[in-house]
Amino acid sequence: MNETYTAVAAFAQTWGLIYFMILFGVILAYALWPKNREKFDDAAKIPFRED
Amino acid sequence: MVSLEEGGFAIFLVLLAFACLIVAGKTFDQVMAFHAGIGALVAAVSVFWIFKNYFDDGGEPIPQEIDGKPNYNMGPVKFGSVAAMVWGLAGFTVGLVIALQLAFPALNFDLPWTNFGRMRPLHTSAVIFAFGGNVLLATSMYVVQRTSRVRMPGKILPWFVIVGYNVFIVVAGTGYLLGATQSKEYAEPEWYADLWLTIVWVCYLLLFLGTLWKRKEPHIYVANWFYLAFIVTIAMLHITNNLTIPVSVYSTKSYIVWSGVQDAMVQWWYGHNAVGFFLTAGFLAIMYYFIPKRADRPVYSYRLSIVHFWALIFIYIWAGPHHLHYTALPQWASTLGATFSIILWMPSWGGMINGLMTLSGAWDKLRTDPVLRMMVVSVAFYGMSTFEGPLMSLRSVNSLSHYTDWTIGHVHSGALGWVGYISFGALYCLIPWLWNKKNLYSLRLVDWHFWLSTIGIVLYITSMWVSGIMQGLMWRAYDQLGFLEYSFVETVEAMHPFYIIRALGGALFLLGAVIMAYNLWMTVRHGEAEEAEATPAGSLAPAE
Repeated sequence: MNETYTAVAAFAQTWGLIYFMILFGVILAYALWPKNREKFDDAAKIPFRED
Repeated sequence: MVSLEEGGFAIFLVLLAFACLIVAGKTFDQVMAFHAGIGALVAAVSVFWIFKNYFDDGGEPIPQEIDGKPNYNMGPVKFGSVAAMVWGLAGFTVGLVIALQLAFPALNFDLPWTNFGRMRPLHTSAVIFAFGGNVLLATSMYVVQRTSRVRMPGKILPWFVIVGYNVFIVVAGTGYLLGATQSKEYAEPEWYADLWLTIVWVCYLLLFLGTLWKRKEPHIYVANWFYLAFIVTIAMLHITNNLTIPVSVYSTKSYIVWSGVQDAMVQWWYGHNAVGFFLTAGFLAIMYYFIPKRADRPVYSYRLSIVHFWALIFIYIWAGPHHLHYTALPQWASTLGATFSIILWMPSWGGMINGLMTLSGAWDKLRTDPVLRMMVVSVAFYGMSTFEGPLMSLRSVNSLSHYTDWTIGHVHSGALGWVGYISFGALYCLIPWLWNKKNLYSLRLVDWHFWLSTIGIVLYITSMWVSGIMQGLMWRAYDQLGFLEYSFVETVEAMHPFYIIRALGGALFLLGAVIMAYNLWMTVRHGEAEEAEATPAGSLAPAE
């Protein structure tokens, strides 16, 4: 039981951390990527484009 | 020719009506007989309505577009908005009654049905699921159609979702008063109501996805992402926390498959994410649509909204264990919950800043537009309660605050301030739009609503802070011999004045809502009609 906990905790504390950091990096890159700027500026205007 | 959708729903509802009749006839459980009776009646009336509708319009398919413009389906949105207002008044009233019961216990009239233990879940479910839920259903159906520039799919499906949801509310609420409960906070409805909600919710998800699938706008607007996260996560939470086995199909009683501390963990994983995804993600979607619309300027940073979305949903889901400090739950688990709660400061405040800064360059509108003011104050309350929450999730703070009125005050700064005000703001926008009115009947009345309820909220949360911290300190006070300084009843006695102040705050909040209901009623009945052609679509007002 105790070893299971240690193993799970060790996995979560290393790979879990890495997973979250990479994920966050990808999201940041996607949001801030210069090429996406135009697309997002345009998307912000969607509520005003209705019929 | 009856469509597959109409026929399918009709057959399903006929079968349901018969099943309900059989249960109602065979059960010895009076509550079950009553609820099965409601089920049979509603199902039968719905089948009649489907066919009446079919013969009235001659089975003609509904046009997707009229004059090149999407033929939006606003009937269910109207239904949801009205239901929200009605349930809101009911839920706030019950809240006031139980607040007064705490100050003056004789007000429970010594009847089982009006006992605090039954009225309290009636209040929480009425305000969260009946009021908040109808606001979310109505606004999500509105926003997803408008930002996708397409009509919702289906003829019966949208009505099934909105009416089916309200039937769930009626069954849940009457069940509490009659004593049917599975005793899980915010998940009190018994197994058959849960099963019904699951069916309705899956249809809601299909309806929402179906609208996105048909969309004319290539990009999915950020509000829809938040709505989608809310719908998907609530489905997952609801199913996991309600995995019960009924004693028999003729009984209201059921038992959960989880046991002991696992059950507690599942319950608070559910409970906290009901806050995170129902009361936060869903209402953030409202913020991202209605504040830009009302302020007439796009959201401050669309890119921040993307980071906000992904960070919020990935972090919130882990915060639940902070409800179980100093319990049988392993300490590492509650530490994990508290850690993620602290990390939540970042996305919460990122979102708050994004909402508030949308007004940059247009702050003067706060002076002239009480509806916008309400929504902006709502976002400020969001910032305040999401700052307080992580603080209270820390073990050392929690040891003082837990089980005291501080928690109640915290919840209400979020519920009355954030959820209440953003919903009021959305309804104040939505009602004139839906009924084609130029503006609200009276902005002065909105002003009255705003100030009355703001004073109400301030009275509520400050009295609960004082009462809660006092209560916590009295519980942990020892005399020089090591005995507890106060008996429990002495702490209750000390809280009496604060209970009266809290009830006064609640009364002011209710009074504000009554003014709102009157204002909306007058808007629909006597508001000035919108001219046929408004300003050309897509034009932005210059910054004033």
